[in-house]
Amino acid sequence: MKKLLTGNSAVSLGVMLCRAEVISAYPITPQTTIVEELSEIVADGRLKARFIRVESEHSAMACVAAASASGARVFTATSSHGLAYMHEMLHWTSGSRLPVVMVNANRAIGSPWNIWCDHSDSLSQRDTGWVQLYCQSAQEALDTVIMAYQIAEKVLLPVMVMEDGFFLSHTSDVVDVPDQKEVDAFLPPFKPRFKLSPQDPHTYNIMADPSMFINFKHDAQQSMEQAKKVIARVDREFKAHFGRSYGTMGNVRMSDADIVLLTMGTAASTALEVVDAFRKQGKKVGLCRLRMFRPFPAEEIGKILSKAKKVAVLDRDNSLGAGGIVAQELKAALYRAAKKPRVFEFIAGLGGKDITPEDIGEIFDYAMSHPGPNGAPVWMGVKK
Amino acid sequence: MNGMETKAKELLNEALHSGHGACPGCAMPIILRTLLHALGEKTIAAITAGCFGTISGSFPASPIKIPAYNTPFPSAGAAGSGIRAALDVKGDTETTVVAIAGDGGTFDIGIQAISGAAERNDDYIFICYDNEAYMNTGIQRSSATPWGAWTTTTPPSELKVQPKKDIVQIMAAHHIPYVATASIAYPDDFVRKIKKAQKIKGFKFIYAFSPCPVGWRFPSEITIRLARLAVQSKIFPLYEVENGERYTLNVQPEGVPVSEYLKPQGRFNFLREGDMERIQENVDREWERLMRRF
Repeated sequence: MKKLLTGNSAVSLGVMLCRAEVISAYPITPQTTIVEELSEIVADGRLKARFIRVESEHSAMACVAAASASGARVFTATSSHGLAYMHEMLHWTSGSRLPVVMVNANRAIGSPWNIWCDHSDSLSQRDTGWVQLYCQSAQEALDTVIMAYQIAEKVLLPVMVMEDGFFLSHTSDVVDVPDQKEVDAFLPPFKPRFKLSPQDPHTYNIMADPSMFINFKHDAQQSMEQAKKVIARVDREFKAHFGRSYGTMGNVRMSDADIVLLTMGTAASTALEVVDAFRKQGKKVGLCRLRMFRPFPAEEIGKILSKAKKVAVLDRDNSLGAGGIVAQELKAALYRAAKKPRVFEFIAGLGGKDITPEDIGEIFDYAMSHPGPNGAPVWMGVKK
Repeated sequence: MNGMETKAKELLNEALHSGHGACPGCAMPIILRTLLHALGEKTIAAITAGCFGTISGSFPASPIKIPAYNTPFPSAGAAGSGIRAALDVKGDTETTVVAIAGDGGTFDIGIQAISGAAERNDDYIFICYDNEAYMNTGIQRSSATPWGAWTTTTPPSELKVQPKKDIVQIMAAHHIPYVATASIAYPDDFVRKIKKAQKIKGFKFIYAFSPCPVGWRFPSEITIRLARLAVQSKIFPLYEVENGERYTLNVQPEGVPVSEYLKPQGRFNFLREGDMERIQENVDREWERLMRRF
């Protein structure tokens, strides 16, 4: 059924359709309306679940992780400082191999205070062992939540689904909401091999000494690697069920592109208009939207960019002293690629600053007029 | 007080096997054996970082017979709620959930999550084993460390000058259905309280006194005697608080001088002249304050 939904509403309905059994969350802008809607959905009986209104994000993650270990399908959502506050539990949850699904409505991290979108919150959690998927539309957010449970429960790693704060979380779009029956056919109930049960007692997360610890981490690494194939397979299965698919990257106008813009999230939809406008002027530009950031699709990205001469990376984040995080990851991936385009780096849209079509036009113009990058990343829109 | 009905032998048939890594004379395994003996095997435990988290096995061996889930230091309160919710949603209302933490995981780093779970009145038992310092990391002071005690972060020249945080009153102020103190020197009382807590719906807080030979500097064979002296000297009153208001005293102390309790412990070796009397006055005053609630 088609409905006009915000990104957050689409997420809430997705969670309902996945029949999450334990939900625990702490409100934070711009995630808040997910918590509100889900508590209503649970309260009015549309979803048979327990909603635990915890006192912090750390507890939210601790709570859903323990519930997941007890065999329940679980959900939480957060943003920014809330995600940072969960940090310890993010590591713990992936280390415990629990298929927790979380939505993060991307928001800058203070100080200074800022409630608007950038990707520094989730990207600074890139090493916590979570699958990370970045969405561009409300439809994609809903669909990705459904896929996330399939992925998480297959590879036994938690999945974080990102939607840009406000740009996506609070804007409305037409969303095709699948029927419950269709989702049930796609996503079977969660039946873990091990769970906390007096019938089959095990101790979870006990000390692993130096001779054993590395094995746990190696196993998780293999599962994360396997996740690349699982994500692709789940995407294909999703298409067979629902007629929509997203791939690990959204690549458009790429077949003959000399200059490619690489970015994540909603900036890609702005970029697409600019790409088409440039193409009308005969300029061979293309767009690559990175949807799957963890596991990082290093090989695939190297292949896709092999024909391009230049790549302009638009990072909505910055790692002080090292530059944009997507650019860093891309450069590391290209090191092993046979053909290496020149990588131009741009930092833009921090703390909710608009990334306008003009900004993206400037990025393309810069990449076209310069033979190679000028060392440091270019910061867009810094007041002189 | 009833006669000693709980035989030490019975406690051998318990859910904590030998092979755990606790120090000789540690009270905590006795607390856990008593707890798990009372609860039975249809129990799931959430365990935080702390002494118990550390001694509860090394992969792939575990000394715990019941299903147990280790969770980071601040999160016992939240993990207990998560396990309970998962069981409830699956229709399992029989299995008991217990969260186990030390004084660090309860009084300090864990208090936020515990307060949250208590305020929500989530249906499980929280037990704190209080050994009055961060013993697992090597005897650093906590907010449960008593006035005048030496620890590795309160050296003789700067002993702890703050009184112990009153965790029982803090938890009782949440108006949860059941708060009780428990001592390994009074196993019948301990077992009765656990069984009582198990039958009550809502959040139950059991506060168990856990003498630590290593951290308190006493010989390992006097653990139980010290636990008894703490009760008899009014340092650790055995009582229950129901719904935040109904107080019941379980053991009437003989009123042994606190010096008898303090002197065997090396951690109090650095008290100055007059400190012993001061501690006695504080204990008497706290006792009177508590008695006004009954």
